Amino acid sequence: MLDSSLQQLGSALRARKISSVELTQLYLDRIAALNPALNAYITNNAEASLAQARAADMLLSEGKAHPLTGIPVAQKDIFCAKGWRTTCGSKMLENFIAPYDAHVIKQFNNAGAVNLGKTNMDEFAMGSSNETSYFGAVKNPWDQKAVPGGSSGGSACAVAARLCAAATGTDTGGSIRQPAALCGVSGLKPTYGVVSRYGMIAFASSLDQAGPMARSAEDLAMMLNVMAGFDERDSTSLQRDKEDYARDLEKPLNGLRIGLPKEFFAGGLSNDVAQAVETAIAEYRKLGATIVEITLPNSRLSVPVYYVLAPAEASSNLSRFDGVRYGYRAPEYSDLTDMYEKSRAQGFGAEVKRRIMIGTYVLSHGYYDAYYLQAQKIRRLIAQDFTEAYKQCDVIMGPTSPSTAFKFGEKGDDPVQMYLSDIYTIAVNLAGLPGMSIPCGFGSDNMPVGLQIIGNYFDEARMLNVAHQYQLATDWHSRAPQGL
Amino acid sequence: MTWEIVIGLEVHAQLSTSSKIFCGASTAFGAEPNTQADAVSIALPGVLPVLNKGAVERAIKFGLAVGAHIAPRSVFARKNYFYPDLPKGYQISQFDLPVVGNGQLTIHVPASGKTAAYEKTVRITRAHLEEDAGKSLHEDFHGMTGIDLNRAGTPLLEIVSEPDMRSAAEAVAYAKALHTLVQWIGICDGNMQEGSFRCDANVSVRRPGSPLGTRREVKNLNSFRFLEQAINYEVQWQVNTLESGGAIQQATVLFDPDKGETRMMRTKEEAHDYRYFPDPDLLPLDISEEWKKQVRATLPELPHVKQARYVKEFGLSAYDASILTASREMANFFETVLAAVPGDVKMCANWIMGEVNAQLNRDGLEMTQCPISAQQLGGILQRIADNTISNSGAKEVFRTMWAEGGEADTIIEAKGLKQVSDSGAIEALVDEIIAANADKVAEYRSGKDKLFGFFVGLAMKASQGKANPAQLNEILKQKLAG
Repeated sequence: MLDSSLQQLGSALRARKISSVELTQLYLDRIAALNPALNAYITNNAEASLAQARAADMLLSEGKAHPLTGIPVAQKDIFCAKGWRTTCGSKMLENFIAPYDAHVIKQFNNAGAVNLGKTNMDEFAMGSSNETSYFGAVKNPWDQKAVPGGSSGGSACAVAARLCAAATGTDTGGSIRQPAALCGVSGLKPTYGVVSRYGMIAFASSLDQAGPMARSAEDLAMMLNVMAGFDERDSTSLQRDKEDYARDLEKPLNGLRIGLPKEFFAGGLSNDVAQAVETAIAEYRKLGATIVEITLPNSRLSVPVYYVLAPAEASSNLSRFDGVRYGYRAPEYSDLTDMYEKSRAQGFGAEVKRRIMIGTYVLSHGYYDAYYLQAQKIRRLIAQDFTEAYKQCDVIMGPTSPSTAFKFGEKGDDPVQMYLSDIYTIAVNLAGLPGMSIPCGFGSDNMPVGLQIIGNYFDEARMLNVAHQYQLATDWHSRAPQGL
Repeated sequence: MTWEIVIGLEVHAQLSTSSKIFCGASTAFGAEPNTQADAVSIALPGVLPVLNKGAVERAIKFGLAVGAHIAPRSVFARKNYFYPDLPKGYQISQFDLPVVGNGQLTIHVPASGKTAAYEKTVRITRAHLEEDAGKSLHEDFHGMTGIDLNRAGTPLLEIVSEPDMRSAAEAVAYAKALHTLVQWIGICDGNMQEGSFRCDANVSVRRPGSPLGTRREVKNLNSFRFLEQAINYEVQWQVNTLESGGAIQQATVLFDPDKGETRMMRTKEEAHDYRYFPDPDLLPLDISEEWKKQVRATLPELPHVKQARYVKEFGLSAYDASILTASREMANFFETVLAAVPGDVKMCANWIMGEVNAQLNRDGLEMTQCPISAQQLGGILQRIADNTISNSGAKEVFRTMWAEGGEADTIIEAKGLKQVSDSGAIEALVDEIIAANADKVAEYRSGKDKLFGFFVGLAMKASQGKANPAQLNEILKQKLAG
């Protein structure tokens, strides 16, 4: 049952071979057993989950089921869910009970899915290893001394360790794709604007995008069908016709043109990852694809550009956490300024504070033009590179992360090293393009490697097709960590 | 040597939308604290702004009314600073790309002392949309501060003028003209007590012909009287400072209406760095020609256009025309009354500017609260025009109507105010008077013309005030002439 696809689980539920309550309980028991070690979840609420499961069972018995009705889904703790503690991985929101549902949560509720719990994450989604979570790091289920990636590390771990059927994540610079790669699961960051950001706690508004994490492309398509869609409460949400992201899954790949950016295979890429990605590309040739070398000349600037723009937006987005209306307030302070300073100094962790300071600096009078405006210009150049590239190819492929999962503490002292672990994913966010990561093998350390697939705008259905055909031909995605 | 005063105004007009600028919460004034503060107003984690089109329409309306440029694309920016009544830690405003730019407003500066009244055009630099903050309540909380976020997110149009004004009187005239205009075009209720229309003044002084002096911004001017007082105080302070050898530092000062003084809030060095940047949660605001056209179609005839028309079409003096267009209600009142007695422009104007205004002033009422409708007043004037009642009878009808309501004809009937226009009746009455006052008649006929008034008085009294005065005069003159 734990290895079943969402399709199979849905069939079993609709056939009443298992009830949603039983399935939910199965996962809750497994979470109770494994989560103390893995720390994938920050909050579980068996009562709330089982209540949703019972409601789902009613719908199932009445034959009113949606494909995801009754299926337990883990929600990244960045989404406000009414009545659920929503921490964003921060002490600042340690005791914050959300009084409303994020659009994504509402979509899952409407579909009759069960909220299985809120998954751990880097604080305010700022991190690539989950080490910045106030609630302790998530362990990589393949090797508990290794990081799961971040910031959606809890969701990636939960999917890999079979602590949920599927999960949600968010991706600002790689936060779905990189942990998916490091934990050996599939993850998709849609085109910016496809999934509403309403109720998703903002890190960098122009880059943040929610997406699904699951064990296969097929599952991702089902999840995205629930998550995507126009929402008038998010002004950046795109008004488009509803589409079925699973519609092209079965299409053969004959004639598919895969672009390989030469910049993604240069220095800094580990041999293990390079080898696994090259083997995957070879598999695609077998599936009928042709390979084109492309260039993304400005992509080398994506990390510095990102670390100007994302902190700039974050410094402003996180101003609302001031101890006045909700969230952490320092127990003692002398006056208003002292209250702000102490509450924020004590409520935020080091990485969050670092980014607030960087962001405040680059927006400051006298520096704005040199940093923020300049970065915006380069952002447009980076997007243009992709537009050029898509004249020659249909999808772009490369590594998701330069290495397999690194060990805890390995990059903790050097933020720049940590930032570089997102070197292949960040340009996609800057351009607003859809990107995904699927498992494509293992390194010599027996840790998973992710293949990144970058599509043109709104090409999610094609990307899922490309991933699914690979997953029909290989079994990397169905490997599970042993010995848990 | 004289000093030249240089003033520019920044006016915050609260736009009259029923919901806030970026969410659906109500903007109604006076509700219990925080009952109009939804998830967006209190800036819960994860909430997002959605622009209220009604606020944009009002901004476009204003831009069109002052002949300004409406930006086809403007941008919302975040102004970042911490304050407890600013829930997001930033205010959504517009910075380098405002929705309205380059307009102008003609003002009438009233006569004062030796200076005659004059007109002047003040340039409007820009007007931009932004959200209001909440309120900090310092009373009743025993050393703590209460926060009311009902006002947070209320739409404002900040209207910035060029430093074109040269006296407090000009600044007040400009503020008043703007105040009239925003109400006239229906974008702001103009209620200054409730803070719907607030002024900040940038004041500096210089020697005539010299470059601009250093300015100080005077905040918190929520009445025209305070605006005038604050500017006069501030100018005097700056002149005194400069004349005693000091220099003016750029600063923001607060007007204290109790003391009639301005006091320092912060200097330029202490000014915030607001770290403006485009709000990534909002798309650029695109305004099409089509949208502008639609809004233009909803614009009423503007005050200055109406004024010019009153002068040209009705032959009113510029002064009368300006009084009758002091507000849209006033102009509507005038035009409705005039419709009852077409052609009698001067009578309508006199009644409104005389009786009506005087009575409103006595009762401390606004035009909108006038107990007599334009139709009712029109009813009275019709009866003057058709000689049913005399002017003094009309005043009595007016007083009764003001106090008790009712229609002119009913009151005339009830009070027996119908004047006698039957020449036979008047002649009989005059004959009687002449017969009873032979000595005075003789005096009159021997050249004592002044006695004419005496006879009029007697005749009026005899008719109980109902005799048609013109007719009476004529008949009296004839009969007295013998």
